[in-house]
Amino acid sequence: MQDIQQFANEIGLDLDLLACIQCGKCSGGCPVSITTALNIRFLVYESLLDALPELVHMEELWDCTCCFTCVERCPKDVRPAELIITLRNQLVESGKIPGTIGEALMGIFRQGNPLGLAREDRALWAEGLDVKPAREGCDTLLFTCCYSAYDVQSQPATKALVRILHAAGVDLGYLGTEETCCGNEVKRVGEKAMFDEMLVEEGKALLESVGARCIVTTSPHCYNTFKNEYGLEGIEVLHYTQVLARLLEEGQLKLSVPVEKTVTYHDPCFLGKQNKVFDEPRAVLRAIPGLNFVEMDRIRERSLCCEGGGGRMWFEGTNTEDRLAFQRVQEAVDTGAEVLAVACPFCLAMLADAAKVKGLEEQLKVMDISELVVQALGDGG
Amino acid sequence: MMSEKSKPRIGVYVCHCGTNIAATVDVEAVAEYAQNLPGVVQARHYTYMCSDPGQTLIKEDCRALGLNRVVVASCSPRMHEPTFRAAAQEGGVNSYRTEMANIREQCSWVHHDKEAATRKAKVLVASAVAKVTHLEPLEEREAGVHPGTLVIGGGVAGLSAALDVAEAGFPAYIVEKSDRLGGHVAELGHTFPDLEPTADWLAPLIRRVEEHPAITVMLDAQVEEVAGFVGNFEVTVLQGGQAQQIDVGTIVIATGYQLFDPSRKPEFGYGRYPGVLTTWELEQRLATGDLVVAGRAPQDVAFIKCVGSRDIQLGNPYCSRVCCMVAAKQAQMVRQALPETRVTVFYIDVRAFGKRGEEFYDEAREAGVRYRRGNVSEVYRRGERLVLRVEDTFLRRTVEHETDMVVLAVGMEPRDDTGVISALLKLPRSADGFFLEAHPKLGPVDTTTNGVFLAGCCQAPKDIPDTVAQAKAAASSALIPLIRGTVPVISETAIVDAELCAGCGMCVDVCPYGAPALDPLWGVSRINAVLCKGCGACAVTCPSKAICLQQFTPEQIMAQVDVLTV
Amino acid sequence: MSSDKPAALIIGAGIAGIQAALDIADAGYPVYLVEREPSVGGRMAQLDKTFPTLDCSSCILTPKMVDVGQHPNIRLMTYAEVVSVSGEKGAFRALVRKKPRYVDEEKCTGCGACAEACRMHGRIIDTFNQGLGMRASIYVPFPQAVPLIYTVDPEACLYLTRGKCGNTFKCKDACPADAIDFEQKEKLVELDVATVIVATGFDLVDPATKPEFGYGVYPNVLTGLEFERLSSASGPTAGKIVLDGKEPEDVVFIHCVGSRDPHGGIPYCSRICCMYTAKHAHLVRDRLPDARITVFYIDMRAFGKGYEEFYDRVKHEGVLYRRGEPSEVYRRGEKLVVRAEDTLLRRTVEVEADMVVLATAVVPRADEAQLAESLSLERSPEGFFREAHPKIRPVESSRAGFFLAGCCQGPKDIPDTVAQAKAAAASAMVVLAAANRA
Repeated sequence: MQDIQQFANEIGLDLDLLACIQCGKCSGGCPVSITTALNIRFLVYESLLDALPELVHMEELWDCTCCFTCVERCPKDVRPAELIITLRNQLVESGKIPGTIGEALMGIFRQGNPLGLAREDRALWAEGLDVKPAREGCDTLLFTCCYSAYDVQSQPATKALVRILHAAGVDLGYLGTEETCCGNEVKRVGEKAMFDEMLVEEGKALLESVGARCIVTTSPHCYNTFKNEYGLEGIEVLHYTQVLARLLEEGQLKLSVPVEKTVTYHDPCFLGKQNKVFDEPRAVLRAIPGLNFVEMDRIRERSLCCEGGGGRMWFEGTNTEDRLAFQRVQEAVDTGAEVLAVACPFCLAMLADAAKVKGLEEQLKVMDISELVVQALGDGG
Repeated sequence: MMSEKSKPRIGVYVCHCGTNIAATVDVEAVAEYAQNLPGVVQARHYTYMCSDPGQTLIKEDCRALGLNRVVVASCSPRMHEPTFRAAAQEGGVNSYRTEMANIREQCSWVHHDKEAATRKAKVLVASAVAKVTHLEPLEEREAGVHPGTLVIGGGVAGLSAALDVAEAGFPAYIVEKSDRLGGHVAELGHTFPDLEPTADWLAPLIRRVEEHPAITVMLDAQVEEVAGFVGNFEVTVLQGGQAQQIDVGTIVIATGYQLFDPSRKPEFGYGRYPGVLTTWELEQRLATGDLVVAGRAPQDVAFIKCVGSRDIQLGNPYCSRVCCMVAAKQAQMVRQALPETRVTVFYIDVRAFGKRGEEFYDEAREAGVRYRRGNVSEVYRRGERLVLRVEDTFLRRTVEHETDMVVLAVGMEPRDDTGVISALLKLPRSADGFFLEAHPKLGPVDTTTNGVFLAGCCQAPKDIPDTVAQAKAAASSALIPLIRGTVPVISETAIVDAELCAGCGMCVDVCPYGAPALDPLWGVSRINAVLCKGCGACAVTCPSKAICLQQFTPEQIMAQVDVLTV
Repeated sequence: MSSDKPAALIIGAGIAGIQAALDIADAGYPVYLVEREPSVGGRMAQLDKTFPTLDCSSCILTPKMVDVGQHPNIRLMTYAEVVSVSGEKGAFRALVRKKPRYVDEEKCTGCGACAEACRMHGRIIDTFNQGLGMRASIYVPFPQAVPLIYTVDPEACLYLTRGKCGNTFKCKDACPADAIDFEQKEKLVELDVATVIVATGFDLVDPATKPEFGYGVYPNVLTGLEFERLSSASGPTAGKIVLDGKEPEDVVFIHCVGSRDPHGGIPYCSRICCMYTAKHAHLVRDRLPDARITVFYIDMRAFGKGYEEFYDRVKHEGVLYRRGEPSEVYRRGEKLVVRAEDTLLRRTVEVEADMVVLATAVVPRADEAQLAESLSLERSPEGFFREAHPKIRPVESSRAGFFLAGCCQGPKDIPDTVAQAKAAAASAMVVLAAANRA
């Protein structure tokens, strides 16, 4: 137990195993606890008893999505998910990680993105959008998630966001091919050394060198790590929904074209649970004329995880039959919504895929909030 | 020059405190060292100075050797200064010419190196000796007592305390904020562990209070201001816009608690789902017999415990002490009302500790209430029903428990207005926000303000028997000065040198007790010794150094400091 | 003692009786405080530290003991027992039997020369130290005893048991105050009092009634109270946690030994064991930083002010809490083995131990039934004295004018005992005030 606790402290985690009273609040809320063998409460107990099985045999360690529901709810502040991150770190140290995760890490190491695509191609999505290079100086620095930049499914949302920000008169800059993965998931799959020594150290210098007043991220994951883990000085970090909500409130962004759709919204864990940004995405949706906004049952602090975080974008999970995203798209359909709005490229990928697999594509379109907003822009867009 | 009469003859007494001090400090060496300090006539060491023989040692030396000053090197003066002052007094030494050197908390308990600790202990003793040399004798003083007790709060605690005071023959004034007596308990239909209807015993209690000739009940009333000190409090009570003054000797605080607001735990969906209630709301439903949820009787009812308690994240690390039993009571009552309904209590630990508590828990299980160990993580909807997501820690499996009614066993919190009362009476609060008792073990109803006592849940969560016991305990403390008719008043007050006073009035502004006032005729400050608490705020504020605090004069303090800095 | 005012009789001078006596005496009424042991102090005097503040028990108790010894309104009657109380509220007459100490209370200075000289010095089982130490036939139970007067143990004194102690009384010869008096006889004293507070405390269940734990078979299976003496600075090992000269490496604590056990005749929770075990675990960690410490529990009942926080603290000190009530203790080589189902693991485990500490149940005094009869008091089904109403009359007994304080009414921790004792004092003051007016 002491080894694990000490190791956790050494890698800068606030895990507090000794505080645990084994109440089960963590495991009860863990989204994958019913569908997989992962039992975080029991893992804490086994750690306390020095009775953990061989880590390599515990494939379920990679099931954790790092949604941090357990961390948010633990009454004794144990921070249970950090035990998983600690154990993953131990596995990473010994090189025993799932191959797909290894590949993603290699991709980041070589090309700055987990998809392993060429660094030179990172800014291809922006062609024709006339985004100012950040080096020319800008008020707001756009930071795109690797998926926002490379993934064809996400690119429309990224483009839409640029159009909206331009329409609102934001002085926007972009680092283009200089951008490198934020490392939020790198940290969570246990590659602490790479996160610290490569991504944060270089990334922090890069971001600060622009001299922007604020950074706007397309992904809650980048937002989370920049805001809470990078220690950026003098730069405000915002998720794009926060920026849009602010622009709407200040009247800089005007939405005039009705979007006659029934829309529901899925809270991303890294935006909602972990950073308490619940209201801004909803405010943006509600500001769209003609849009009929409906809520699902499990929202805000009780939102169901899409199962894409914590490295799960790179690892199928031990239960591919019964994915949370399947359940989630059904919940969205049950509200009568035609559109399931998301605010995260991971959620978009997971949920859109789920809608496809479940044959719900006709009924339910999974769209990023910016894709809806851009429709309401009118001429400006 | 000191007169021959007051030439210091000091006794120094070094305590071993068992091994608490002696294991880390060479007490013998300290005593030997003290023997050679200026003015010291006798220095001794003993296992427990506070014990009977230890005190006898001091008394006998005082008499036999004609001592006029005593230094005890032992623990913090917080506990034992009165003990040793009394011992010195009995030996014929003015009790204000005693000084304690704290060689336990400030030495033996915090050091490991015996040699260094012994060195430090010697310096601390020398410093106390230096101070005691300069101490002047002070008079013990007494003040009269207004016969009567103010009880703030008209719940079960306040009622019980007031009744004891009144029955012993003294007036009691109950000031209640709301428009009725009985507090939270009046809203309970039945009480554990006997399922007795609350009204059966509460109504007679209230009636006794209302009909008691010595008790004045003031409803819709609030304490606005409290002046004075133990034995002589002048209380301003505001009732219906009218202010009136009540003079009392003692005050019992029985302001109770407030319920935890479960909307602060969003995972339970309280306020979103009509089927999610608090134990408090279920109590009302049980009283009216209306257990219908969504148009029908629930087939399944689930209790969630520790809602707002044992939760460091919320800032409520403590256990609320009653919820386990409340849940056991209500679960049984639901079973009685709806025998076909499945009732499950989800828990972390079942805390059934009171008299007949464990038996009551046994009865609940016998009645078919299921207990499952697991802290429910969230509640959501599935069709018409609610789902509890929880790991049953015995099954080692997370389950979705479908139910119709979720009952949140909400804990107790300090009232929002605790700060107001705290400011009014200068009462400190403990880390949990409740009022702080003088000593957690031996002074559970006393406070740091003399004459002010705590009753019931304003000090910490409690069930009814413990509340009543504590309320009666507060009444006992409150009665002592009333029955005696006098109270001792502190003697270490501030005094003004009228020659030096420039009449600037800064002391008047700074004093929290309203003791100094400017003499209109001479334009200098006068300190009311009865109101002065000896805090010293005026002495350090006075720009002309005209005020000094007896027992802490510059001369005395500097003598003490000089030794330390050598 | 002022004689013009009605008096109170308090039976038992543990912390409950002491606190009640001080309150009533401070209010100006005379108090007879009767204690059957040679010293006041009761159970609290046997404790090392107290939870959750870890105040040393004797540090906070001693001044109160001294206070009752010196209070002008308190007449202390130690080594005495109440035989009967007749009359009614406001006008009771109590008969008190003063047992012979065989030491003149006026003359004894408490110097201890007699005990040093006694032929049985170091050979009599020291009951105050729970049998972990030895004393003489003439003794004071502990150094801070109030009054500090020696008492001859009639069951251990060679002279009193066999009629002869060598050729000369070693103790008498040694006593510089000529205080030893083997001619002393039992005395009966009558007291007129207006009210009575019963504060006779509790016993602990004999762990031999739970033979599965091997108490009495294995010398390293202790009770919680034995552990208190072991860890107490004034105890037989001067606070060192050692058994047979060895520091334990593995210490296992077992909750609920006897309690919550209707099968064994004790259906109730003893209310204090969870917390004193947490304190014991802390003390082991404090003295033996490398020891492995395991606590087996069913439900962790940390309900009082600051208790849950103390539990949190002890867990942070590396005490392992495992849920499950052990089923048995046996030996394997040099070690004991505690066998239990760890219900959170869903597996039966064997945990090795060098020391096993049993949190034994709080039970009514062995003579509670007899006392109930002689005082005409009713008892609750589990054997403690019955309060008049569990909610609003928690300190009134079944007999008018008699009040209950502390654990004789049911298990309680120190703060609750003190509160209840003061509550009993308040009720007694009401009776005294009425009698005073009459």
